[in-house]
Amino acid sequence: MINLNAGAPKAPLAEQWSSYKANCRLVNPNNKRKLDIIVVGTGLAGASAAATLGQLGYNVKSFCYQDTPRRAHSIAAQGGINAAKNYQNDGDNVFRLFYDTIKGGDYRARESNVYRLASISPEIIDLCVAQGVPFAREYGGLLANRSFGGTQVSRTFYARGQTGQQLLIGAYSALSRQIAAGSVKLYNRRDVLDIVIVDGKARGVIVRNLVTGEIERHSAHAVVLATGGYGNVFYLSTNAMGSNVTPAWSAYKKGALFANPCFTQIHPTCIPVHGEFQSKLTLMSESLRNDGRIWVPKAKEDVELLRQKKITPEQIHESKRDYYLERRYPAFGNLVPRDVASRAAKERCDEGYGVGSSGRAVFLDFSDSINRLGVEAISARYGNLFQMYERIVDDNPYQTPMMIYPAVHYTMGGLWVDYELMTTVPGLYSIGECNFSDHGANRLGASALMQGLADGYFVLPYTISAYLSNEIHTPPIQTTLPEFHTAVHDVNDRLSQLKGTKGKTSVDHFHKTLGKIMWEYCGMSRSESGLQKALGLIGELKADFASDVSIPGGMKEYNPELEKAWRVQDFIELGDLMVRDALERKESCGGHFREESQTPDGEALRNDEKFAHVAAWEFKGDGASPVRHREELRFDTVKPSQRSYK
Amino acid sequence: MIFTLKIWRQKNASDKGGLVTYKAEDVSPDSSFFEMLDQLNQQLIAKGEDPVAFDHDCREGICGTCSLYINGRPHGPLKGTTTCQLHMRSFRNGETIYVEPWRCGAFPVIKDLIVDRSAFDKIIQAGGYVSVNSGGIPDANTIPVPKPDADAAFDAAACIGCGACVASCPNASAMLFVGAKVSHLALLPQGRVEAEHRVQKMVATMDSLGFGNCSNTYACEAECPKEIAVTNIARMNREYLAAKLFAEKEKQISFTL
Repeated sequence: MINLNAGAPKAPLAEQWSSYKANCRLVNPNNKRKLDIIVVGTGLAGASAAATLGQLGYNVKSFCYQDTPRRAHSIAAQGGINAAKNYQNDGDNVFRLFYDTIKGGDYRARESNVYRLASISPEIIDLCVAQGVPFAREYGGLLANRSFGGTQVSRTFYARGQTGQQLLIGAYSALSRQIAAGSVKLYNRRDVLDIVIVDGKARGVIVRNLVTGEIERHSAHAVVLATGGYGNVFYLSTNAMGSNVTPAWSAYKKGALFANPCFTQIHPTCIPVHGEFQSKLTLMSESLRNDGRIWVPKAKEDVELLRQKKITPEQIHESKRDYYLERRYPAFGNLVPRDVASRAAKERCDEGYGVGSSGRAVFLDFSDSINRLGVEAISARYGNLFQMYERIVDDNPYQTPMMIYPAVHYTMGGLWVDYELMTTVPGLYSIGECNFSDHGANRLGASALMQGLADGYFVLPYTISAYLSNEIHTPPIQTTLPEFHTAVHDVNDRLSQLKGTKGKTSVDHFHKTLGKIMWEYCGMSRSESGLQKALGLIGELKADFASDVSIPGGMKEYNPELEKAWRVQDFIELGDLMVRDALERKESCGGHFREESQTPDGEALRNDEKFAHVAAWEFKGDGASPVRHREELRFDTVKPSQRSYK
Repeated sequence: MIFTLKIWRQKNASDKGGLVTYKAEDVSPDSSFFEMLDQLNQQLIAKGEDPVAFDHDCREGICGTCSLYINGRPHGPLKGTTTCQLHMRSFRNGETIYVEPWRCGAFPVIKDLIVDRSAFDKIIQAGGYVSVNSGGIPDANTIPVPKPDADAAFDAAACIGCGACVASCPNASAMLFVGAKVSHLALLPQGRVEAEHRVQKMVATMDSLGFGNCSNTYACEAECPKEIAVTNIARMNREYLAAKLFAEKEKQISFTL
C-alpha cells in the first residue's frame, strides 16, 4: 500500500497556506534561468502557470495540440468565476466559499486544498481585472456579481455568457507577453504522447508534431500537466472534439496514481442528441432552471403522439403534465442540484416518458414565466440562450417548450496530487481539471475557472520552487539519455502498430461504441451488474480495436485519424479503470449514484464510514489489474451531513 | 438531404491542390456542417481514402478554430455564425456547395482546408496585453470603469481570432482583428497605460507579416461571426495617429533637452 500523504502544513486550516509560503524554499533568480519547466496544455491552468513561471525567470516550454494557445477548451465556459470578495456585503467570506465547496463536493474533497483555493480566489479577480478582462460592471463602475448554483450569496464574477473566453484571453495575453520576452517557448499543434522518467523523476516528454508527424524529444527539470478533463471518454460530451486524456494517461502508466476516475459531472440542461452522426453536445446555462419548469406527459399515449408529431406540447393540458422535479422535491423544485436533476430526467425517460424523436428528452417550459413576467423580461434574461437554442434545434422556445437532456460536462477525478499539486512521480505536477483535488464528487458552478487560475497563477509557482530548489545543481537534461531513446522507441512502436493494423473499422466507430457503454453503465446511475457487464464489453472493445481499427494516411504527415486513434485507445483503457473505480465505490455520492446505495425513497445514500476516502489507482502493467490505494479524508472543520432537497 | 460537394484538396503546403467533387447523401437537416463532413469522411475511410482535413474543436462557436470558405463566404451563409454552428437546413436540398480554405498569403495552407494562422499570435505577442505580473495587484474595485466603456471593451474582446475578417477582405487586411484588440485594451484604464506603445508595435508587426491595408469595404464586419464593428478600426487609426504624433513630440523634446 502506498502511503498517500497530502503533506499539508501542520497549522490551523486558515493559516496553512500563509505558513507554507513563509517556509517554502525558493530558487534565486540566477538559478531560475538554469532551470527548465515543461507545461502541457494552455487552458486557464496551463497558460496561467506557463506565463507566471516565465515571469519568475524559469525557462518554460509550453505545449498545446491546438493551432494557438487561445483555443483551449476553458474558452467555452459560460457562467462565471467564484471569488470570496464580498463586494455585495451579503455575508460572503473565505470560510463560506470553502464550506460551500466542500459540501457541494459531497464531502469527498480535501479540506486543506479547498481552503487554500477559497482564500486565493479574491486575488484572481484583482489580477484578471488588471490584465484587462472586461467583467460585467454596475453603473457606478464597480464589478457586478450574480448568484449561481444554489449558493446563498452572490459571489460569481462574469463577462456576459463568455466568462471562460475572457479569462482565457487574459491568460493567453500574459502568456504571449512571456513568449515575446523569450522566457516561454511555444510548441503548438503537438500531442504529448509520453512522459520520460529518469532516475524516478519526471524529466521530459515525447511529442508528435501534428503537422509533420515528427517525433520530438523535450527535456526539463520538472513537468506540469494541465491537460484538462476526460469527459470525451463518453464520446458525446460538452468537451471540445480534441479534449483528451492522453498526457494524463501516460503519466498514470509511468507511475502517477489516478484518483477517483469514476467521478464525472453530468449537467442537466443540454440540448438533446438528434441522431447517429451527432458529434457534440451543447450546454445551455444552468440559470435557465430559475424560470423554466421541467415536465414530461403523464400519459404514455401523449408521449406517443408527441413523438409522432401529431400533437404539440402546448396542446397537452396542465392536468396531464408531470412536473416531476416539483412533485419529487417540493422544497427545491426545479432548482435541485445538477446531479439530482440529471438523474430524475433519466428516470422518466427510462420509464418511457421521454419526448423528442429519440425519447431521450424532457421539456423545459417557459410559458408560465412568460405569462407572469412578459416576453421582454424573459428575453432580457435568456435572449442569447434562446437564440442559440433556436439556431441548433430550429424551434422557438418563446412559443414551444425547450427540450433538454443531461450530458457529460466535467470530470472531478484526475491525477492524484498532494498539497503541492505534485503527483506521486517526483517532479511531475498536475493542475486544473487534470488533477482531482478540489471538487470532491461534484463540482459547484463557477468553480472550475477559479481552480484553474488559482493553481496556475498562485499555487504552482510557489510549490514548484520547493522541488526545484533541490535541482539547482542539475545541469540541463540531455535528450540523448537512454530513457529518452526507450520512450521514443515505445512511441514509434505503438504508432506503427496502430497504423499497421489495417482493419476495417474507423476510429470514430470505436469511440462511439465506448461512449455508449460508458453512458449506459457508468453514467448517471451505476449498478454492480451493469458495471460488471461494462467491464466485459470494454475488454472486447479493446481487443477489437487492436485487431480491426482502420487508419488511412501516413505517419509523417498531418493525420487526424492517427491522432484520434491514439487518444481513443487511451480512452478505452481509461474506461476500464473508471468502471473498476465505480465498482469499488459501493456508495452514492455527488455525481456517482450507486443503485445499491439509496434511501427507501430512491435518493442517494452516502456511506461515510466506509468511503470517506480518495481512491487512487496504481498501474501495474498491461493486462494486470490496477491496485486501489486510499487517502483517508479528515473533516476537522466541516462536519459531513446528508444532503436533502425534499 | 443530398448535396454535391466541391472540396479543396491539397496534400501539404507545397502541393498545388484543387477542387474534388463528392456526393453527400442521406444527410439530416439537423446535422451541423461538420457532422455532414464527418459523415463524408467516414465513407472515405471505409473506401480506404484519405479523409478531408479541416480545423475544428469546440463545435459551439467560441474557440475560433473552425474556418472554411463556403460558397465564397467565410463561415458560410448565416450572419453572425461560425461554420461549426451552421446546420444543413440552411442549404437547399440538392445544392452544390463549394468548400475552400481561407485564402491569404499570411495564412498558408497546411493541408486541405487547414491553414496556419500563427501570424495572429505574433501580432498579439507584439503588444496585445497589459504588462502586469501575477502578484502585488491592488483590489479589483480600486479603479472604477464606466459601464459603457466596459461594455464596449467587451464587444471588442469578443473576437475569437478565427481570421474570417482577413479571408473576407479583398486586400487580406487584418485591421479588424488588430483594431479589436487595440480597442479592447485602449478602452479600459488598465490598458491605457501602454496604449501608445501597443498600437505602434501591433500595427508594425501586422504590416511586416504581409497583411494588406484597409480600403473600407466593410466585408470584415459583414462576415465576422462575432459581429465585431469596423468602428474598432477607426479607433485603432485614431490611436495610431495620436501615438505617432506623441512619438514625434517626444523626439523633439529629447532633442531640445
